[in-house]
Parts: sequence; C-alpha cells; structure tokens
Amino acid sequence: MTDLSRRKLISWGLAATAGVAGLSVAARIAQKYALIPPDHGGICGLGETLTYASHRLLTRHSLAREFSQSQISKPPLVNEMPPLNDAYKRLQAGGFADWRLTVTGMVDRPSSFSLAQLRSYPRRSQITQIACEEGWSYIAEWIGVPLSHVLELVEVQPQARYVVYLSIDPDWWDSIDMSDAMHPQTFLAYGMNGDELPVGNGGPLRLRVPRQLGYKSVKFITHLTVTDSLKGFGKGLGSMEPEAGYAWYAGI
Amino acid sequence: MAGSESAQVPLEAYVASAASSVPTTPVTLRHSALVRITHWITTLCFLALLVTGMEIVISHPRFYWGETGNVLTTPLFRIPIPSSRSLVPTGYGYVLPDQNGWSRYLHFQAAWIVVLTGLLYVISAFFSGHLRKDLLPGTADLSWRSFSTAIASHLRFKRPGEAEAWSYNVLQRFSYLFVIFVLFPLIIWTGLAMSPAFVSAFPVTVTSLGGQQSARTIHFFVTIALVLFLLVHVVMICVAGFKSRMRAMVTGKVIKGCADIQTERT
Repeated sequence: MTDLSRRKLISWGLAATAGVAGLSVAARIAQKYALIPPDHGGICGLGETLTYASHRLLTRHSLAREFSQSQISKPPLVNEMPPLNDAYKRLQAGGFADWRLTVTGMVDRPSSFSLAQLRSYPRRSQITQIACEEGWSYIAEWIGVPLSHVLELVEVQPQARYVVYLSIDPDWWDSIDMSDAMHPQTFLAYGMNGDELPVGNGGPLRLRVPRQLGYKSVKFITHLTVTDSLKGFGKGLGSMEPEAGYAWYAGI
Repeated sequence: MAGSESAQVPLEAYVASAASSVPTTPVTLRHSALVRITHWITTLCFLALLVTGMEIVISHPRFYWGETGNVLTTPLFRIPIPSSRSLVPTGYGYVLPDQNGWSRYLHFQAAWIVVLTGLLYVISAFFSGHLRKDLLPGTADLSWRSFSTAIASHLRFKRPGEAEAWSYNVLQRFSYLFVIFVLFPLIIWTGLAMSPAFVSAFPVTVTSLGGQQSARTIHFFVTIALVLFLLVHVVMICVAGFKSRMRAMVTGKVIKGCADIQTERT
C-alpha cells in the first residue's frame, strides 16, 4: 500500500513538474513567434490563445476559398450599420475625390493616397465568402489593391507587427497582424461585383480580410498605422471588438 | 492508466464477504478517476456550449443549405423566436438583448477544453482497456435475443439488476460508442467547417459537407441529438437509482449495491 502510494506520488510529481515546465516553454515559444493575441487576458483568454496560435501555425500561408462567378450571391446583401457622419457626407457630396488613405507609424515613407492613386496600382479581384459572426454569409467579387502592395510602397520597418486600420467613423477601428496584412487576399477594396463598391458595403474603401469573419472587414477606411505594439490603441486589446466583448482574432 | 481500475468485479467477492459476515467495504472503484474527471469536465463544457450556442443561434435563428444564406435567401427552416439582431425579419416587434460577444468567447473556450478532455479520455480508453472491457459489447451481447431483452426491460423502465451497477448494458455500450465516436467527431468537424481560417487550410472539411451553411445546419442537428442523449441519460440514471449512480460517478464507489446483496442473501 505504502509502496503503491509512494510510486503514485512520484509519478504525479513528475507529471506535474513536466506539465509546469511544458507550459512555461510553450509560453516562451508563443511569445517568440507572436502566437499570443492582444485579448489573451480574462477567463476565456486560454481559448483565444489556443485558437490564434494554432491558426498561425496551420494557416499562415493558406488561401481563403474562392468561388466561381455563378456562385456570387444575388442580390448582394447590405448589412445594417451606424449612420454616416458629416465628414463622410461631405466627401460623398464631392464624389469621394478628396477621400484620402493616410499611412503612418513604423514606415520609412509616411504617405497619403487618393482613390485614383489606389486604382492605378495593380488591380486584383477575388470571389470570396464573407461570413458574419451571427451566422449568415454571402459570396461577392471584391476588387482592389492588395494591402501588401501599399505596405511595400511606404516601406514598412522590420520591427512592425500589426497594422491598425481606422474607419472615418472614429469609433470603428481594428487591427491585424503582419501575417494577415501581407496575405495576398487582404485587399484595400474599392470595387464589388464588377462595379464600384456601394456605400452600404463600405464604399469607397473597405479593408477586406477574407480569412476572418465579416466584422474584421472594416468599412470606410481612411487611415492605417503600422506598429509593433497595440498597447497605445484604445484599451490595448487590438480593436474596438474586444472592448465590446468580441474576439480580436476572428478566424475562429 | 487509472482506467484499468474499473474492471468488472466478480459479485462472488462481495457475496462471500457478506456470507462470512465480515463487514468489508469494496475498495475497487466502479469508475476510474480519469473517467470521473473527464465525465464532469465534459458535462460542464457541454452545458456551456449548449447555452452559448443557443445565444449565438438567437442572433440569426434561420438555417440554410449550401454555401451561403442570409436574410435575402430562402431558409431551409427557421426557429420561430425573436432575434437578438434587428436585421433578421422574425415577425416579432422587438429585438432580444445581444449576448453574442461573451457567448462566442465562452463557446470556443469550452470547445477547446472539451476537445482536449475528449482526446485524453479516448487515448486512455484505448490503452487502459476501458474501451475493450467497458464500451465494446461482448460477443454474447450481440445476439438479437440480448438486444430485445435489453430493449424490453428499458421500455418497461425496469430497475436494472445488481450486475449493471458494475458494467454497462448493451444499449448503454452502443449509445456511448455512438456519442463518443460519431456525434462528438461530427460536431467538432461541422464546427471547424464554419471557421473561415481553418477551411482556408483544409477546404475539404467544408466542401465535403456541401458548404458552410450546410455545416452550420448539421452542427445544429447534432446538437439536438446530443441533447436527446443527455435527456435519456439523465432519465436512465433516475430509473437506475439517482443517488447510487451519482455516487459512483463522483466518488467511484458502489457501497449501496453491496448492502443490497447482503439483505437479499440473508
């Protein structure tokens, strides 16, 4: 009996030590390879970290599924959204001629782009699905310039880790890591289904992140900031979603 | 592995001790510590997944088949309840409070825990003999006669005999195997098939189901199957003796069963 319990004690002790050591090694690796999301705190931080880390290991280079022309959802869906503000309405009255996308932060050449400039860059299109966290989805063709092209123009510094993007609505901002920012399907989209991007779908400029849920594809983009830390933005959780109770990483 | 402790105990051992009137307590456990711990972690996670899953469904209580589906698409069916989002035309004049944020955080957290717990259980069940001894039906169990006897006694809500305090009957074995090796893998698969990032790396997980909305619909029906299992499971525990079965799954011990034999034999 005592022999058995001593053996049990030793094996449980060894298991516990191995567990603690394993966890601390895992935490260090996760930190080194940027596998921890900004909203990793709180009760559900473990699940968020496991999801984000496993996706970064499994899906770093994978491409979102693309569909055929015939699979495009008709009619296109326009989701509900907050009322457009005065700044937007002024630019809309001028046909968005004065719409600017400014890029600042950890870049060698901080710049400002007009829509005409963005349209002059390599034009790409993708037919991808946009899925909402509520459960519905639709397929559309998105036309624009890959975000990576713009990031190369402004010369992102090597220590950069995130791109923060802001809507013309000051309460609407988000961020993605460099892996998603440099992904070939992450677009600054200005067109949809062969036409200009409708206002209801985020026109004139929307950031399209097809490997994440719809709420990461923020509408009416006016500003990008390249950074190595999300601490200085809002409550430091990476976007306004965690502040409203939603996950920062929406690849699920 | 601790699972080996749950080996079937010959009844004679207890009967003998009862006959010799030496009061002994059985030290052999009905359920191993690993089975008991994984059982209750799974229970907690399942309840968390169920409640948060219902909250997520409330934000769009419509179901579709194929790749896409939204308020402009004809649904396969819809649940006649109000929604927590104003976009959904439910016919009700009001919108329920939105609980999607924390529900989604908790849903995926519980999913991770239950998947890791389930893996631990299945792997240990393979190596400890729990699968072979307790779950896979014996050859004697595989006759129509034993099936019909088991079904008949279940339909009559007959209280199970003493032997069943120590091992699962044939219907239990089949339903547990079905839940562990069919329903759980199916609900994990359909859950992953809804993830835009996961299917970018493994597109076949969703294309084989006919699309993301099909995956969501199947996920819903598998949930219903799991809830039905839970209800029947709880009813059967009440029929068999709630206190003794709960004690067995909490402490691992079957003390009352031993006392029953003593009174029967004397």
